[in-house]
Amino acid sequence: MTAADRSAADPPAVAVREVRVALDRTPILHGVDLRVPAGQWVTVIGPNGAGKSTLLRAIGGLLPFTGEISVFGTDLRRVRRRQRARLVAMVMQQPVVPAGMTVLDYVLLGRTPYIPPLGRESQADVAAAWEVLESLDLSRLAERVLATLSGGERQRVFLARALAQGATLLLLDEPTSALDIGHQQEVLELVDGLRRERGLTVVTTMHDLSVAGEYADRLVLLVEGRVVATGPPEQVLTEPLLTTHYRARVRVIAGEHGPVVVPVRR
Amino acid sequence: MEPVPRPTRLRPWWLLAGVVAVVGSAAAGLVLGPVSLPPAGVAIELLNLLPGVELESGLNPRESAIVLRIRLPRVVLGLLVGAMLALAGGAYQGAFRNPLAEPYLLGVAAGAGLGVTAVVALRGDEHLGSMPVTVPLAAFAGALGAVALTYLLGVAGGRDRSPATLILAGVAVSAFLAAVQTYLLQRHIDVIQEVYSWLLGRLSGATWHDVRLLLPYSVVVTVMVLLLRRELDVLSVGDEEAAGLGLHPQRSRLLLLAAASLGTAAAVSVSGLIGFVGIIVPHLVRMLAGPSYRVILPLSVLFGAAFLTLADLAARTMDIPREVPIGVVTAFLGAPFFILVLRTTRRVAL
Repeated sequence: MTAADRSAADPPAVAVREVRVALDRTPILHGVDLRVPAGQWVTVIGPNGAGKSTLLRAIGGLLPFTGEISVFGTDLRRVRRRQRARLVAMVMQQPVVPAGMTVLDYVLLGRTPYIPPLGRESQADVAAAWEVLESLDLSRLAERVLATLSGGERQRVFLARALAQGATLLLLDEPTSALDIGHQQEVLELVDGLRRERGLTVVTTMHDLSVAGEYADRLVLLVEGRVVATGPPEQVLTEPLLTTHYRARVRVIAGEHGPVVVPVRR
Repeated sequence: MEPVPRPTRLRPWWLLAGVVAVVGSAAAGLVLGPVSLPPAGVAIELLNLLPGVELESGLNPRESAIVLRIRLPRVVLGLLVGAMLALAGGAYQGAFRNPLAEPYLLGVAAGAGLGVTAVVALRGDEHLGSMPVTVPLAAFAGALGAVALTYLLGVAGGRDRSPATLILAGVAVSAFLAAVQTYLLQRHIDVIQEVYSWLLGRLSGATWHDVRLLLPYSVVVTVMVLLLRRELDVLSVGDEEAAGLGLHPQRSRLLLLAAASLGTAAAVSVSGLIGFVGIIVPHLVRMLAGPSYRVILPLSVLFGAAFLTLADLAARTMDIPREVPIGVVTAFLGAPFFILVLRTTRRVAL
């Protein structure tokens, strides 16, 4: 069976149909459709306030919505929270860093969906957390207090907690916004490696358009709560689209791994 | 090979330290006081309580009565009240993600105060001491009524059911109930002194009756809160992330706050308002044994029990032959401690 056959037969990792979300009665998403085949990396781009984070939260099951969202063929509304947390793991843009908590304890929080409501971690949970810590090269930091780590190290620990959930759909809200350019690349390469290794599906939001195009299989341009363009990076990162929707003056240059977007002074 | 780091758990030596603190403070509470007694004699009197044991303690009947009828129920009640207040404090701090949260936050104190004031005002000429059943009942009902009112108000505050909304609702309810209480006291000026001495909190005159009232609640509340201790650690990443991890943050918080409020109301109903225990003890434990609620909550039970028993010992012996109200003792220790916590906590999540 070829990869194309498989993707046609299996349910997509994410299927979003006609989804509307309102926050405090203000409509944010106005009927969004989105399909993410299993194993792909899809990045949602768009100007500030377009609803990127809201879309990600809705897919993560963290917001009430109308319309339909299913994850690996399971209707998000019919799945119990614990079950959902085994399918979808989300890393917020600015995760809360609990005071005094060690890296190991923090990563173990990711095992919550496997721990009975009033129980505690089993040896298997600890082993699962260790496996993730080791594969992310974090085991030497296991006993450090999370709040004392650098930005790049923290981002890896946030990822580790999400991976400890054992979910195959990873939602990353602006995973690189707090990082310098070197650490941005380090984290994104790490995510891409994990995706291939573990067969993960990745949906992220991102502000840096060139970086977004380099890593994603497909881009989704979201503007004022609607999808205005979707497709491979070369089809979405075009001068006309970006000029219209970002009100920016840019030049798009063909790069080694996708288009490079350069802002130009008016 | 280096030892493999382990996840945070309650280590046996901390548990042992807590048990030693409880036993030590209880022994001190029984032996010391205006009349100091020989420890060996006290120990033998306690052994005589066991069925089939009959040893010569060397204490005269008066001393024996002091140990068994006055000090023992008082020490046991102090242990239970201290354990409840400290456990409730730890639970509130975790549920609200606020290190300054305390057991009286949701209106428990104001409700209990109003309940007792109402009873005294209605019954007029009677003394609080002559109503051993009515007063605890009124305090208990007032405390739980106030917490229920706070919840209703907090939920009515809109869909944003954040911890801060509940805290603000608690402030509003407390202010309202305190106003009603003040009005009642103005109408019955003759009972002010008695109501205030109750409000200050006391363990003097503790009886086995009080212990029997509090014990079942203590057991239920301790079990409930300790079962939820891991969920408190999950809540520390905030409601949204906790929901992403498969938890029902609001449901967990409601359960925790209900249990902690029940424990506080039961403690208040027999001891009056003894302040600051719920702040001092969980914070001391946090500083010494780490920030995980899996450690803080069980140790707060033990060290809270020991702390209040020692505070009561100080209240009895600081100013012999008079007693200092125990609420004054804990406030003397608590107020500076509060400021210390305020200064060392960088970010207060409200």
